[in-house]
Amino acid sequence: MPEPVKIRKGLDIRLKGGVQGGSHDLPAADRFSIHPTDFHGLVPRMAVKAGAEVKVGDVLFTDKKNPDIKFVSGLAGTVHEPIRGEKRRILRVDVSASGSGTAAGTSVDPSQPTGDAVRAAMLSMGFWPMLKQRPFAVMPASDSIPRDIFVSGFDSAPLAPTAAMVLDGRMDAFRAGLSYLNALLPSGRKVQLGVAGGDTFFAEVTEADLTAYSGPHPAGNVGVQIHEVGPINKGEVVWTVGMQDVANIGEGLMSGTYTAKRKVALTGSRSQPALLNTTVGTPMSSLIKDRVMTEGTRVISGNVLTGSVRGEEGALGFHDQQVTCIPEGHEPLFFLTKGWLGPGFDKFSASRAFPTWLMPKGKEYDLNTNNNGEERAFVVTGQYDAVFPFDIYPVQLLKSILVGDIDRMEKLGIYEVAPEDFALCEYVCTSKLDVQDIVRKGLDQMIEEFA
Amino acid sequence: MKALHKLIEERVKPNFTGDGKLKRFWVVFDALETFLFTPGHTTSKGVHIRDGIDLKRTMFLVIVAMIPALLFGTWNIGHQYYLSLGDITTADPWTAMFLDKIIVGAIKVVPLIVVSYATGLGIEFVIAGINGHAINEGFLVSGMLIPLIMPVDVPLWMVAVATAFAVLIAKEVFGGTGMNILNVALTSRAFLFFAYPKQMSGEIWIHDVMASKTGGLLADGYTGATALGHLANTVGQPVQGEVSNGVMAMFTDGGMFSLMNCFVGTIPGSVAETSALAALIGAAILIWTGIGSWRIISSFIVGGLVMGAIFNLLSLNAYMTIGPVHQIVMGGFMFGAVFMATDPVSAAQTNRGKWLYGFLGGLFSIMIRVFNPAYPEGVMMAILFMNVMAPTIDHYVIEANIRRREKRLTAAVA
Repeated sequence: MPEPVKIRKGLDIRLKGGVQGGSHDLPAADRFSIHPTDFHGLVPRMAVKAGAEVKVGDVLFTDKKNPDIKFVSGLAGTVHEPIRGEKRRILRVDVSASGSGTAAGTSVDPSQPTGDAVRAAMLSMGFWPMLKQRPFAVMPASDSIPRDIFVSGFDSAPLAPTAAMVLDGRMDAFRAGLSYLNALLPSGRKVQLGVAGGDTFFAEVTEADLTAYSGPHPAGNVGVQIHEVGPINKGEVVWTVGMQDVANIGEGLMSGTYTAKRKVALTGSRSQPALLNTTVGTPMSSLIKDRVMTEGTRVISGNVLTGSVRGEEGALGFHDQQVTCIPEGHEPLFFLTKGWLGPGFDKFSASRAFPTWLMPKGKEYDLNTNNNGEERAFVVTGQYDAVFPFDIYPVQLLKSILVGDIDRMEKLGIYEVAPEDFALCEYVCTSKLDVQDIVRKGLDQMIEEFA
Repeated sequence: MKALHKLIEERVKPNFTGDGKLKRFWVVFDALETFLFTPGHTTSKGVHIRDGIDLKRTMFLVIVAMIPALLFGTWNIGHQYYLSLGDITTADPWTAMFLDKIIVGAIKVVPLIVVSYATGLGIEFVIAGINGHAINEGFLVSGMLIPLIMPVDVPLWMVAVATAFAVLIAKEVFGGTGMNILNVALTSRAFLFFAYPKQMSGEIWIHDVMASKTGGLLADGYTGATALGHLANTVGQPVQGEVSNGVMAMFTDGGMFSLMNCFVGTIPGSVAETSALAALIGAAILIWTGIGSWRIISSFIVGGLVMGAIFNLLSLNAYMTIGPVHQIVMGGFMFGAVFMATDPVSAAQTNRGKWLYGFLGGLFSIMIRVFNPAYPEGVMMAILFMNVMAPTIDHYVIEANIRRREKRLTAAVA
């Protein structure tokens, strides 16, 4: 294996509650839920009425702008009235389990897949929503043609599970998935797979171009890997796929049935960490059952930097493979003891303003959701740059977004980034700004500009 | 502490909210409450955990870094006072009349600090009240820097006027903390320099030296001028002339402004600028905590050394014959490099820009003081000038980044 690419900028936040050991099968869920809000900018159009009976793989709703893109049920059962929010926007569609059956799809020969066949199968069987696109960090349109497809073979976010954990026993499916995805690329090109330096788990994979990375988070973020291998220029489109979804696409297209298996790492100081075998769309309540102290706990689908809170009845995020449970931090902090002037042995900081950096590297922290300060004007410089391994000036890009200067955003590299790339900037920010939110707004302005 | 928080929430807070009698002073209450207790606000979107650092701690650590300079400056005011009276000699600077020196120093320094904070924070509170925004912590540092760079005998009303000018014109008209172009503390000093030139030169560097002089109490050889003031007299004089030789004698080993005295800081000057050693301790704290930019501090010092070395090679007048190391430990150079040039808001913001910003700042500091004896404190002019230039430096650094991206695009299309 070639020398790993060294990512020098970044930060590993060492939290308590990592997952170890083998996986447990979760009992089959009695409900399947899908949040259209997991797909940024999606306007769903319901394809079934409340009360309808569906099989696994039957269409629940389609994308209003791209009617070819179908969102399917992961469970056989009865469709509920969609949960709606403001302006009747659909927030969640539920299917409660009853009966059984799987919709028949079309399988694609894995030895000689053609691009058209793979595309048609992925669209019709509901695999398309597993794709993400850059620029703009959205789902690709059904006729989108990518320059490259990137898959990150390791997740470097706090407490994230390893590839060996989540792809255990699915290597054949994963490699088949890569073959199918290769068919969607211009001939001769292969999927770009980023692997952790020293990790031999993917050593036998020949269906992708492997690049190894070492260094702190966000080395495992697909955005960083794109930036190292082939940064996105204006007009280019790159897709990204999660590693478990590659295996799902492989298994599903081979068998001709919708497959959305998910190994989920339940992590965080407020949980009994475990690796759970389940499926996409499982309600959070069944994932955390008996394993989490819910009182005063924030249950996050995803990691602490980019994850989302799903509400009491919500399901695991469509692209997530991790649940993190950390304490809420509603306590006011007296300045001399726990607050801004306290010694701060329990505070984790990228700066050296706390004694944290003198502690042994292995020490793990039990961090809560307290803001640790109030929002302030932008004062400290150089802070974002230290955790942002792109050849992009993060602060200047953010400022161009805040003033809505499309031309400047383009020049400063907005096509290359997604909000998640700025998660560490947001974490370290002394002025407590909502950096990811600003980036999302900038991307939305760009989408509008091109619409 | 829960009881205290409860008391504040239940008894004090209602006076400032809704129809409370003191609701106009909500900003003041909010500032004090959040000073005592970091609010129990939790993350609402984006990241779920936040770094422990906030602006309060950042600013506080800068003040901690200033403490060595402040303490030394306080002692030195007393030290210079008793030296000027001839009560002590330089033979034993440390033990003799230690407490007396501290008391004299404190009598001078404490009112300066009080006036600076009272004026500055007063204005900040009023403006925050008018605009209805929270009070930023920026002035905590500015308010401490201003007294530290004042001449010892500056009238207090001048400090108040200068502080008000700096806070209003240098900061608030641009939009408050984080928006200013010029360093706030240096603006106050520059304001005094240009608005009251007569009062800001001459016998103000040592406490009561004027009175001592007229009373005939002044020790032999004491003029009350600073090192840079003396050196300014040599400009335009022949290198080996009578004037130059007289001045240069003070800068040799054993002289009043020997390298060691300048480094340690036992010389007359503004309140806390004299000690390069104290400034370096501050620099160590700032760099160690990662709050001050090591890029700016180190390149600033290198810039000063380079200019000093160039002058040294030329040696066109006695001033230029001073060694580069001696140059940078005199006057406010070190204090400026550590505490003024590193102000993140007015400095260059890109890492590459910081190198150039610091280097040129150091270079110009020495150049201005030697070329233009009317501005003995070149570091002030140099940093303010670089403050103005910083956005331009950043502009070119960012343009280079943009051009790299454009080149890549052209290559991809071709």
